Amino acid sequence: MAEKTPTIGTSQIKLLEKLCNACAVSGDEGEVRQIVLKEVKPFADDVQVDALGNVLVTKKGSGRNRVRVMLDAHMDEVGFMIVADDGDGIFRFETVGGLDVRQLVGKLVLVGKNNIPGVIGARAIHLTTEEERRKKIPLDQLRIDVGPGSAKVKIGDRATFATRFKRVGPSILAKAIDDRIGVVTLIELVKSAPENVDLCAAFSVQEEIGLRGAKVAAHYFNPDLAIALDATPANDLPAYDGSENVTYNTKLGSGPAIYTTDAGTLSDPRLIRFLAETAEAAGIPYQFRQPGSGGTDAGAIHKQLAGIPAVSVSVPHRYTHSAVSISRMDDWKHTLALLYAGLKKLTPGLLAVDRK
Amino acid sequence: MTDILPFLKTMLAAPGLSAYESPIMLLIREKWTPLVDQVSLSRLGSLHALKNGVGKTPRPSIMITTHMDAIGMMVTSIKDGFLHLTNIGGVDARVLPGTQVTVHATGSSRSKDLPGVVVQPPVKMLPPSVGEGPVPLDQLLVDVGLLPGQVAQRVRVGDLVSYATEPTELAGDAISGHSLDNRASVAALTIALEELQSKTHVWDVWAVATSQEEVTLGGAYTSAFEVRPDLAVAVDVTHAKGPGATDWLTHPLGKGPCLGFGPNIHPYLYKKFNELADRLEIPHETEVMPRMSGTDAYAMQVAAEGIPTMVVSIPLRYMHTPVEVVAVKDIQRAGRLLAEFIASLEPDFMSKITWDE
Repeated sequence: MAEKTPTIGTSQIKLLEKLCNACAVSGDEGEVRQIVLKEVKPFADDVQVDALGNVLVTKKGSGRNRVRVMLDAHMDEVGFMIVADDGDGIFRFETVGGLDVRQLVGKLVLVGKNNIPGVIGARAIHLTTEEERRKKIPLDQLRIDVGPGSAKVKIGDRATFATRFKRVGPSILAKAIDDRIGVVTLIELVKSAPENVDLCAAFSVQEEIGLRGAKVAAHYFNPDLAIALDATPANDLPAYDGSENVTYNTKLGSGPAIYTTDAGTLSDPRLIRFLAETAEAAGIPYQFRQPGSGGTDAGAIHKQLAGIPAVSVSVPHRYTHSAVSISRMDDWKHTLALLYAGLKKLTPGLLAVDRK
Repeated sequence: MTDILPFLKTMLAAPGLSAYESPIMLLIREKWTPLVDQVSLSRLGSLHALKNGVGKTPRPSIMITTHMDAIGMMVTSIKDGFLHLTNIGGVDARVLPGTQVTVHATGSSRSKDLPGVVVQPPVKMLPPSVGEGPVPLDQLLVDVGLLPGQVAQRVRVGDLVSYATEPTELAGDAISGHSLDNRASVAALTIALEELQSKTHVWDVWAVATSQEEVTLGGAYTSAFEVRPDLAVAVDVTHAKGPGATDWLTHPLGKGPCLGFGPNIHPYLYKKFNELADRLEIPHETEVMPRMSGTDAYAMQVAAEGIPTMVVSIPLRYMHTPVEVVAVKDIQRAGRLLAEFIASLEPDFMSKITWDE
C-alpha cells in the first residue's frame, strides 16, 4: 500500500465529532471501542480486544530494521456512575475520574447505554441564603433527574455530559476532547503508517482512573519505544490581578505539546529531542508542556517490562474534564503532522545513542 | 387540545432577556395574532393581545399576564478575548462554570450570535480567597472559541448573554430547558386562548406577555395601568419539590397548578379559582405567599386605583438554572383552568366580589 500523508479534512472532523459525542466513562468504553474497531479493521494486520477492553492494533511495516513503536491514546473519559435510586426519576451519582464538583451543576447529562437525558439541577437561587451561596454544593447534595416517569435508568449506569460537538471559527467546542482527539489522531496514523515502523496502536481504557489499560497494553506489545497521544490542559487565561500568567501549562495555538516531565513520567530525553528536531526540520510549530503535575499513559508504559523509553505529545485544550473543552483545529493538525513526520524518521539508531 | 410542545420548544430556543424581549415577543405575537382580535405593544415592550367578549359594551375585562423575559447575563469587559459578566436577574454563579451560552454580539455589522461557554479559570488564575469554594460571578469568564482580535471586533461591553441549553424532553411528560420561567406560563396562556376559540366568553380578555418581570416588574406595572382591567391574573412558575427542595415553599411536580393565597391575591378570586378547579377535577394545590408574591401580581394589584388580582403557578424545578424542569401536563392544566375561568365570568361578576368577613 502506498504511503499517504495523513491530513485532517471533513471526514476526520466528522469522526472526531462522533467520538466526542460518544459516551465512554472509564470502565465502560464500549461505544468508543466499537467506533475504533470499525475504523481500524480494514487497515490493520491484527486487532485484539484484551481482558480490560483495550483495542490493540498491529500494523506491520515492510522495510528492514523497523522500529517497533507503540502509540497510545485512551478511549475513556471522566464521567459519572449512578449509585442510588431516590425514586421518582431522581438518582444519586458518583464521579469517575478527576471532576471538579463546582463544574457539574446546571448541566444536561446522558445516562446509560440508551443515552437517557437527565439534568443536574440546583436548588433555586430564591430558596438559598447568601451564606449558602458562598459554599460550593457538595456532591452528596447533587442528583441526576431524568424526569418523573419510568425512564430505564438503573444503579451502575454511567453518565456523561450531554454536550454536542461544535466547530466555531478556529476552534472545536466539545466534551471529552481528552482524549478523543488522541484517538482520532491515532486512527489516522493507523490508516497511513509509514513502512519503516511496526506500529503498535493501543486504544486504551481506564486512563482517567490510574493508567490501567496502557499498563497491560505495553506488556502485550513489548515495543522499542512508546508515545502517548493525549490532550493536555491549556491554562492560558488572564490572571485575576492582571499579572503575567507564568503557569499556563500550554497555550492554545502554539502547536503540539511535547512533555518533558510530569507527575508520572520523566520523558526519554532522546525522544524529546527527536520530536523537537523533527518539528523544527518540518516547520511544524510545537511547544514544551510546562513541567509539573498531571500525567499521561506514558507514566504506566515507561515502567513496564524492562523499561520502555517513552514520551507524550498532547493537543492543548482549555477546560479539561468539564462539560465543554476548547481546542484549536491548527493544534490538532500540527500534532498529526508532527507524529507522522516523526514516525517516518524513526530508526533503531535513535535509541542506540546515550540518553543525555 | 393541540400539542403545545413544538411552540414551547421554539420559545425555549429564543433569546429574550429582561428589557430585550423582541426575539421572544415576535414568536408570541405570531402565535397569538390568529387567536385574538387585536395586538399591540406597550411602551416598555409588553405584548398586549385583546380577544373581545360577546357581552354588551362597555364590557368588563380580565387581564392575564405571563412575563416573557428571561434572566441572563451581560458583558462587562473584554480581556485577551475573554468576556467578564454581570447578571440580569437572579443568577446563582454556582450553576455557571461549564454552562453553554449564546453571546448576542453587536460589535460590528457582521456580528451575530456567538456560541460560547462560561469558564472557571484555573486555580492559579483566581484570587487565593476563592480556594475550593464557588467562583464568584466577577471571576468567571466566557470563552467563545475565537481569537482575541476577533472577539474585540465582534463583542461589545453591554452585549447580552443567554443560556444556550437545548430544550430536552425527559421521562414522565417533563421537559427541561432554560427560560421555562416563564415560557411555560406563556404556553399555558396560549392553550387558554386556543380553548377560548370554541368557548363563549362575555368578558374581554387581555392576554399580556409582560416585559422586565425578572428585574423591575416594569412591564406589569405599566401594562396594568394601560389596559386598566377589572381583574388581573398573573401566571408564573413556582418551586417544585425536588432534590434539596422539600419545604412548604415547594409543590409536587406534575400534580397540577398552584393557586396563590396571600396579600397580593384577592381572596374572592382565590376562592372562585379553587371552586372551579374542584368542579373541573383539575388537581391543584394552594401556594401560600405570606408577603410579596414574586410575580406580576405584586405590581398589577396596585396599578391605578388598584385591581383584584390572582396568581396561578406552574411548579418548576431548579428555577433560574440552565436546566429548569416542568411537567407538560401542568402547563395544559393551567391553560385549561384559565380558559374555563374566563368563560365562567358573568357580566355582573364584579358586583359579587365580597370580603369573606
